[in-house]
Amino acid sequence: MLHQTSPLAVAIFAAFVTGVLWLSFRLGRKGQSAQGYYAAHGQVHWAVNGVAFAGDYLSAASFLGICGLIAFYGYDGFLYSIGFLAGWIVALFVIAEPIKALGRFTFADALDARFDSRGIKLSVAISTLVVSIFYLIPQMVGAGALVTPLLGLPHWAGVILVGVAVTVIVVTAGMVSTTWVQFIKGSLLVFFCGLLTLLILQRGLVVNAGRSGPPDLTPQTRTVLPDGQVLVDGEPQSSEHDLRPVGTLARLPERYGDRTETGPLGPLAYLAALEDSTVVTWTKETSADPAGTQVTFTPRERPAAELLRPGGYFKGLAGGTLTARLDFASLMLALFCGTASLPHILIRYYTVKDAAAARKSTVVGIATIGVFYVLTLYLGLGAMTSGFLDPTNTNMAAPLLAKSFSETLFAVISAIAFTTVLGTVSGLIMAGSGAVAHDLAENVCGIRMTDHEKVRVGKLAAVGLGLVAMALGILFKGFNVGFLVGWAFNIAASANLPALVMLLFWPRTTKQGITAAVTIGMTASLAWILLSADTFEKVYGLPRDLAPMPFSQPGLVTIPLGFIVLVAVSLLTPPPVPARH
Amino acid sequence: MSQQSRDDLPRTITSASRLSLGLFAVYVLLYAGFMTLVLVRPDLLGSRPLGGVNLAIACGLGLILTAVLLAVVSVVVRSDR
Repeated sequence: MLHQTSPLAVAIFAAFVTGVLWLSFRLGRKGQSAQGYYAAHGQVHWAVNGVAFAGDYLSAASFLGICGLIAFYGYDGFLYSIGFLAGWIVALFVIAEPIKALGRFTFADALDARFDSRGIKLSVAISTLVVSIFYLIPQMVGAGALVTPLLGLPHWAGVILVGVAVTVIVVTAGMVSTTWVQFIKGSLLVFFCGLLTLLILQRGLVVNAGRSGPPDLTPQTRTVLPDGQVLVDGEPQSSEHDLRPVGTLARLPERYGDRTETGPLGPLAYLAALEDSTVVTWTKETSADPAGTQVTFTPRERPAAELLRPGGYFKGLAGGTLTARLDFASLMLALFCGTASLPHILIRYYTVKDAAAARKSTVVGIATIGVFYVLTLYLGLGAMTSGFLDPTNTNMAAPLLAKSFSETLFAVISAIAFTTVLGTVSGLIMAGSGAVAHDLAENVCGIRMTDHEKVRVGKLAAVGLGLVAMALGILFKGFNVGFLVGWAFNIAASANLPALVMLLFWPRTTKQGITAAVTIGMTASLAWILLSADTFEKVYGLPRDLAPMPFSQPGLVTIPLGFIVLVAVSLLTPPPVPARH
Repeated sequence: MSQQSRDDLPRTITSASRLSLGLFAVYVLLYAGFMTLVLVRPDLLGSRPLGGVNLAIACGLGLILTAVLLAVVSVVVRSDR
C-alpha cells in the first residue's frame, strides 16, 4: 500500500532527534574519562537504569515486529513476548549481581575475571562484535523500512539518518548519553503503548471498523511487473487506486444481538468478547511467471478463537512434524537463554554503583518490559480488528492502528517507532565500541593507552561501527528483520551463556574451557544457521530440501554443545589456581 | 579487572543465594511446563476455564505477571534480610 507522508510525524521525529542530540552535547563533558565514557561513572540511579534496560532491550522487533505478528497471525506473536521476557529471569536471578561484581567496562572483563587470558579476551571480543552486528542489521534495516512509508524518504536515507544520529549520541558522551536516550525511549514507548491500549479498550469491538454494510470479501491482487511497475487489481497503483486496508470484525458474539459495537470493555472482557467474535483475515498466495509476480490477498471470515491459540504462525505446532516442533522449542530456548547473553544488555550492569543496584535495576527493567509485553497483546489484537492493516507490511500494524484513532497519534507512534531504533542501536554501538577499544586494542593487542586515549579510541571505534551499521542496513534491504534477531539470540546464547554460567557455578572451569566454549558455541550456531532450511530458502533462494540441517533454529543443539565443550576442555586442561582469599 | 574484585570472586560465586536460585527454578518449571503444553497438547490451550479468557492467553499473561512478581519478591525479601 502507498502511505502518505505525515508532516506531523516528520516534525515530531525531528523534534525528538534534535532534543536527544542537544542532551548528548550537554552531557558531553561527563563522557571524557574512560570510566565515564564506558560506564557512565557507575553512578546511574538504579531506577533510571531499569527503565534504560527497557529502552535498550525493546527494539523495533519487539514493538513493530510482535504487534505485526499478532495482528497478522494471532497468538503466536505473543509467544515471542513470553519468551523475550522470560530471558530476564535468567538475567535477574543468575547473572545480574556476579556480572556487576566481576566486570568493569565489557562482558569480556567478567569472563576473564579469574584468568587474565588473552584467548578469553579475544574470543569474547569477537563474539561481542558478531552478536552486536547481527543485532544491528535488523535495527538498521527496520529504520530504512519505516522511513519510506512514514517520512516519504528512500530506504538508504532512513538508514543514514538513524546511523548518523546514533553515532553522534554515542561519540558525544558514550554511556552517559546512551543511558538517557534509552531512558527517554523506554518511558515514551511504554506510556504511549499504554495510552493506545486504553483507547482500544474504550472503543471496544466494532463490526467492520464502523463502515456501513458487511466486510468486503472480494480478493485483491498486487502485481510487480518486470520493469518494477506495480499494478493493483490490474491497474497501475496510485493513491486513488490502491489495495483496500484489511483486518476487521465480521460479527460480534451472539449475546450482543444486532449491535455492531460492544462499547467500552475491560481488559479481560475484551479478550473474552473477541474470543466469541468472527473476524476477517486473509490468505496470501504468490505466483510468479515472466510477466511478473502476482500476490493475491483473499479475505475470509473465521472464528477469532482460532487466532487466539498457538499454531497461526508456527504451523508445525498443530499436528506438525517432529522437526517443526523441535524448531519451535529451539527458538523458545534461545529466547530464554539469549537475553542474559546479549553484550549490549550486560554492559548496562556497569553503569550502577553496586550489585544491589544492579539487582534493583533489573527488577525495574522486568516490570517495565513486562508491562510493555502485556500491552503488545492488546495492540496486536486491536490492529487485527482495526480495519486499517496493510496486507503487504506487518511492520506497519502498530502505526496504522494508531492512525485508526487519529493522525496525531499516528505521527507520535511513528516517531516513537524511530526512537526504538535509536535507543537499541546506541546500546549496540557502545557494546561494540568497548569490545574494539577496551578488549581488542588494549587487552589483546597490549596497546598501552592513557585514559584520554582510551576514550578517543572508543569514539573512533563507535564511528567505524556506525559506518558498518549503515552499510549493512543498506546492503540487507528487504531482508526479513525478525529472522536476523533470532540469529542474534541464538548466537549470543550459544557462545556466551555456557561460559558465563559455568564460570559462576563450576570452580573447575579453566580459561581454555571458556575460550573453547565461546569459540565453538559461536561458530557452531553460525554454521548451523547458514546451513539451515530457512536460510537456504530466504537468503540463498534455494529449495529447503537441500539444507543439511534438520531444523533451522540451532539453540537446542548448540547451547548444550557449549556446555559440553567447556566441561570437556576444562577437564582436559590443568585446573585453575585457586583465588587468594 | 581490579585485584580486589578478582579476590572477591569465590564469595561472589557462592553468594548467588538459595532464594534467587529457588525462584529461578520455579520460573523455569513454569516456562518449561507451558512450552511443553504448547508443543504436545496445543488443543488444550483453546479451552476456557477462566471466565471467557482461553488457557493460552491466561498462561501467557500469567507467565509475564509471575516474572514481575518473582522479581519484586526477590528484592523485598533480600531487602528485609
